[in-house]
Amino acid sequence: MASPPLIELRGISKRFGGVRALDDVTMSIDRAEIRCLAGENGSGKSTLIKIVSGVYQPDAGEIRIDGKPTGRLDPAASIAHGVQVIYQDLSLFPTLSVVENLFLNTFLREKRGTVDWRRGRTMAREVLERLDVKLDLDASVETLPAAGRQIVAIARAVLADARLIIMDEPTTALTGREVERMFRIVRDLQAQGIAVLFVSHKMREMLEISEALTVFRNGKKVEEGPISEFDERKITRAMTGRDLNTGHVEAPVIAAGTTPRLRLRDVSVGKQVHDVSLDIMPGEVVGLSGLIGAGRTSLVKAIFGLRRDVSGTMEIDGAPLAPASVSDAIKKGVAYVPEDRLSEGLFLSRSIRDNAISAAMDRYAPRLWLDSARTRSETEAMFNDMQISAPGTEAAVSTLSGGNQQRVVIGRWLMTGAKLLMLNGPTVGVDVGSKEQIHALIHGLTRDKGLAVIMISDDIPELVANCNRVLTMADGRLTGELSGGALTEDALETALAGATRKETA
Amino acid sequence: MKLFGSADAIIALILVAAMVLIGLINPAFWQLSNIFSLLKSNVVIGLMALGVLLVMISGGIDVSFTAFAVAGMYLVVRTMVALDYDGVILPFLAATLIGGLLGLINAGIIHKFNMIPLIVTLGTASVVRGLVLGFVGTSNVNINQMPDALIAFGRTDILTLERANGATFGLTAMIVIYVAAAIGIHLLLTRTMIGRSVYAYGADAEAAKRVGFNTGRTMIFVYCTAGALAGFAGLLHSSMIWLANPRDFVGLELDVIAAVVLGGASIFGGRGTVLGTVLGVFILVMIQNSLILMGIDTTWQRVVVGGMLIAAVAVTALRDRRAPV
Amino acid sequence: MSRTNTAETSGGSLKGSLLRAGGHTNVQLGVICLLILAVMTALRPQMFLSSYNFESMAFFMPELGILSVAMMIAMLTGGIDLSIIGVANLAGITAGTVFGYLAGEAGAGSLGVAPVILGVGLGLLIGVLAGLLNGLLISGLKITPILATLGTGQVFIGLCLVLTGGPAIVGFPPAWNWLGNGKIAAIPVPLVLFVVLCVALSLLLSRTSFGLRLKMIGTNPKAAIYTGIERGRMIMWSYMLTGGLAAMAGILLSARTNAAKSDYGASYLLQAVLIAVLGGTNPAGGKGNVLGVALAVISLTLLSSGFQMMRVSNHLIDFVWGAFLIAVIAINSFRGRKAR
Repeated sequence: MASPPLIELRGISKRFGGVRALDDVTMSIDRAEIRCLAGENGSGKSTLIKIVSGVYQPDAGEIRIDGKPTGRLDPAASIAHGVQVIYQDLSLFPTLSVVENLFLNTFLREKRGTVDWRRGRTMAREVLERLDVKLDLDASVETLPAAGRQIVAIARAVLADARLIIMDEPTTALTGREVERMFRIVRDLQAQGIAVLFVSHKMREMLEISEALTVFRNGKKVEEGPISEFDERKITRAMTGRDLNTGHVEAPVIAAGTTPRLRLRDVSVGKQVHDVSLDIMPGEVVGLSGLIGAGRTSLVKAIFGLRRDVSGTMEIDGAPLAPASVSDAIKKGVAYVPEDRLSEGLFLSRSIRDNAISAAMDRYAPRLWLDSARTRSETEAMFNDMQISAPGTEAAVSTLSGGNQQRVVIGRWLMTGAKLLMLNGPTVGVDVGSKEQIHALIHGLTRDKGLAVIMISDDIPELVANCNRVLTMADGRLTGELSGGALTEDALETALAGATRKETA
Repeated sequence: MKLFGSADAIIALILVAAMVLIGLINPAFWQLSNIFSLLKSNVVIGLMALGVLLVMISGGIDVSFTAFAVAGMYLVVRTMVALDYDGVILPFLAATLIGGLLGLINAGIIHKFNMIPLIVTLGTASVVRGLVLGFVGTSNVNINQMPDALIAFGRTDILTLERANGATFGLTAMIVIYVAAAIGIHLLLTRTMIGRSVYAYGADAEAAKRVGFNTGRTMIFVYCTAGALAGFAGLLHSSMIWLANPRDFVGLELDVIAAVVLGGASIFGGRGTVLGTVLGVFILVMIQNSLILMGIDTTWQRVVVGGMLIAAVAVTALRDRRAPV
Repeated sequence: MSRTNTAETSGGSLKGSLLRAGGHTNVQLGVICLLILAVMTALRPQMFLSSYNFESMAFFMPELGILSVAMMIAMLTGGIDLSIIGVANLAGITAGTVFGYLAGEAGAGSLGVAPVILGVGLGLLIGVLAGLLNGLLISGLKITPILATLGTGQVFIGLCLVLTGGPAIVGFPPAWNWLGNGKIAAIPVPLVLFVVLCVALSLLLSRTSFGLRLKMIGTNPKAAIYTGIERGRMIMWSYMLTGGLAAMAGILLSARTNAAKSDYGASYLLQAVLIAVLGGTNPAGGKGNVLGVALAVISLTLLSSGFQMMRVSNHLIDFVWGAFLIAVIAINSFRGRKAR
């Protein structure tokens, strides 16, 4: 090898208590390389980021930069070596202007006491030109769309003389078009000699942008190689350690004339959803796929009573559903498991029981008084049905694992008498074993209770393996439907790509 | 960085409108003697407001500064009386230092224990007031005992005019101190990294840590400066009214916070300017002092101040309101 | 992680229910109460243990206790109510003003029981309406509770000044004063009221959907939306309850002192915040219980009574309270760190 790699990790291990977060990991990144680091939650990706950026010290192993050992790497040293991390939350200052967000970092690094606004402005303008993007320098960052903020974060890293930019789930909040623009910027960075490490779990993006791929599982590196050696199947197998569940779900037998659980006719929601019509039968699991910004979440929020700007008709079991509020929607039998379990789904410091009864309080307290015997017995029934692993129903939800937390969130809706369950990213951040169990639980519910399920997911294999049919959405409209034998990962992939192309065009 | 942000322009506009309105109701408002006395009333509350502004930009709230002002004022005056010392510079330095050191305690507790500033400053205020009244004394130091140099200093005018009837009135020199402090804080906030770190911390404390700000230092800067300004303002107050009352400033914290909020600072941090605060203080003091001129009974003063505060925060809340869910 | 699916075994035990009510803090506070009691008794046995001393505590503690419980309820949803003193005085002053009108020349002392019942109703109504205003500003206009109640507090105190013109209103009907000074079977009326309120509120907060909903909102406002808890309406109710309680405290205060003034009890505001926090309330929301607040107010009342016995300056009590608050913050912080 002519020149040493930009950064080289040798035999890195890190434990937290009894948990081995990283186990003898060796990997290297070359100059101007675009690398993707893939792995499920808890596979050690974030620990690796924190070790490279100097937040954590490894228990064993060595980091070399430009072929030289770095010794103890603290955050300042890591930055001095040209490592910049862009976290998922971007770490920008929302009330400050774009200019200031860009130069603060650099001035800090130069240990300046005073602020030279003119120089800062010049620097900001230059870096944005270098990235070939236009932004209002004086706009405060909070007024920018997600993509604009992302660009500010990238530009800030570039200004800090980054040689390696690590991006943690960078595309989560971006629409298809914005992802394309970001990829263009990343390729520009590459042309300027900057290496980029993408940390992601989205297959399509990995395959599109990266040159090489490293896969972690349970704190170990399990696969590595040029991207051409991978396809989705291989990546998934590497990430999950099992073969894809290619089996299909049997579509429920629906007698002719059955009233659909959910019927939508020409439903529009604000500017996000246009003229959506669909029927979902009892026992059906219907996938809803599409990119961020396609209107999936807006549609389910409208059904759940979270949006006021809804037109068209919605019916549940033939009765009109025009929810005036969330509690109204819940009373009519709608249930929703939100995208972000921790911030939107759970009351972390409270017990499993409190979380379980939170959506059905009117049932347990028809006249203000909580029927505690009933809440206890029904929570225990749910606890057993959902196979939650915890010391008891009084345990705080914060003490549970991700999979068990998600069971509480789903189990909550067993207690409201829900007829329609809408799941947004039902297994994000859930470990593999739990994932299958949660899927099995959902199927159990549809089979035994005739529940209708809408499943929103970015995980294509999850949709294909668990849905009777999958609807695709783009730009707020339904663009297609796949079911039965036609529902394959390739077909869904193609349908989504088609939607993206249309959107980008 | 524009000197006159749009928020400040709106506040200035409100101020001008209010002045025109009061002037129409009672033209006596525009008499120089009235304007001079208004400006004089701005000094102490304004100095304290500059400190509170810093705290608010950092995303906190401070209710201890009035206690610190009392500590600075009363300790220094009592010491001067006891030692029979007559001077100006050393006492003011001492009062500022006392306020600054007390501020350091706030900073330490807030930063170390990561506790809500409101609760912490409630505690330190209670401690400091209790100590001053319990150990130092409860009696006023009135004009007979007040050190002459302090009284003389407080009486200094930079401009003296004569009324038709021969009586003189002047513009207090203390206004110079206030303006200098305001310019100083403005420069600190806009031109130095420690000043920008206050904004950064208030905008997102976690992000401030990540980009490498020493947030402990930022907290020390914020609370020490606020304490120092309060200590200084406390002694200045007593030299202007020729009285040192250890029970002074009770309830003033609410007025000062109201003035800073009127001036466009956000209680959530990251937002606020010196110019806005100075204007906010002026609006508050002007309306308080002009109620009589407008023929409104002074008993309405608090209702008006409270109403203004609610209106100001309601407008900011509407401005900051984001899409639901 | 081992499978420990043992839902049946927990829940009913005494320890479980104690812990649920904020056990550690309450046990600590109980111990502190006993300690203060023991130390004070040892230092000044005759004075401290005298029935007179306990009686005087029983008369003035309930005002502060009720205000502290009111503050705790505002904090449950992650808010705060800085207007409680204004509300308390406004309730007393409004009632006093109305008594003045009703009695005319004869003086309020001549009024019977019926006008007093009217006065109590009016005072409580004022409190609830004041709370409604706070609730509207906080949930309707989305003003942050600190600033909203800071502003309304000023307005309420201002209205007190407008009604009284500055000086205190003196002279209330005897039946009114009975509320603050009377006894039922040798037990001071304020204490009886306080105990009844504490039991009722404790049940309301721990056994009803209302209490649970308030705590849910305080724990995670976003998740509360997704479970159909109507945040705006609940916040409205909680501030109305807070306002009503503050008015109750104001009624007791004016009844005990036979006077009402705009700035009575001004020092109670900070003390109420402090007691609420000492009593295990999380100012960020979601956690708080009546028992803890009651224990905190008892221990602090014992402490200041003991200080007075020993002729320590009253002002040093402020110092001790403030120091106590900071110490509790520090201890909680260390414990939190260890738990993590």
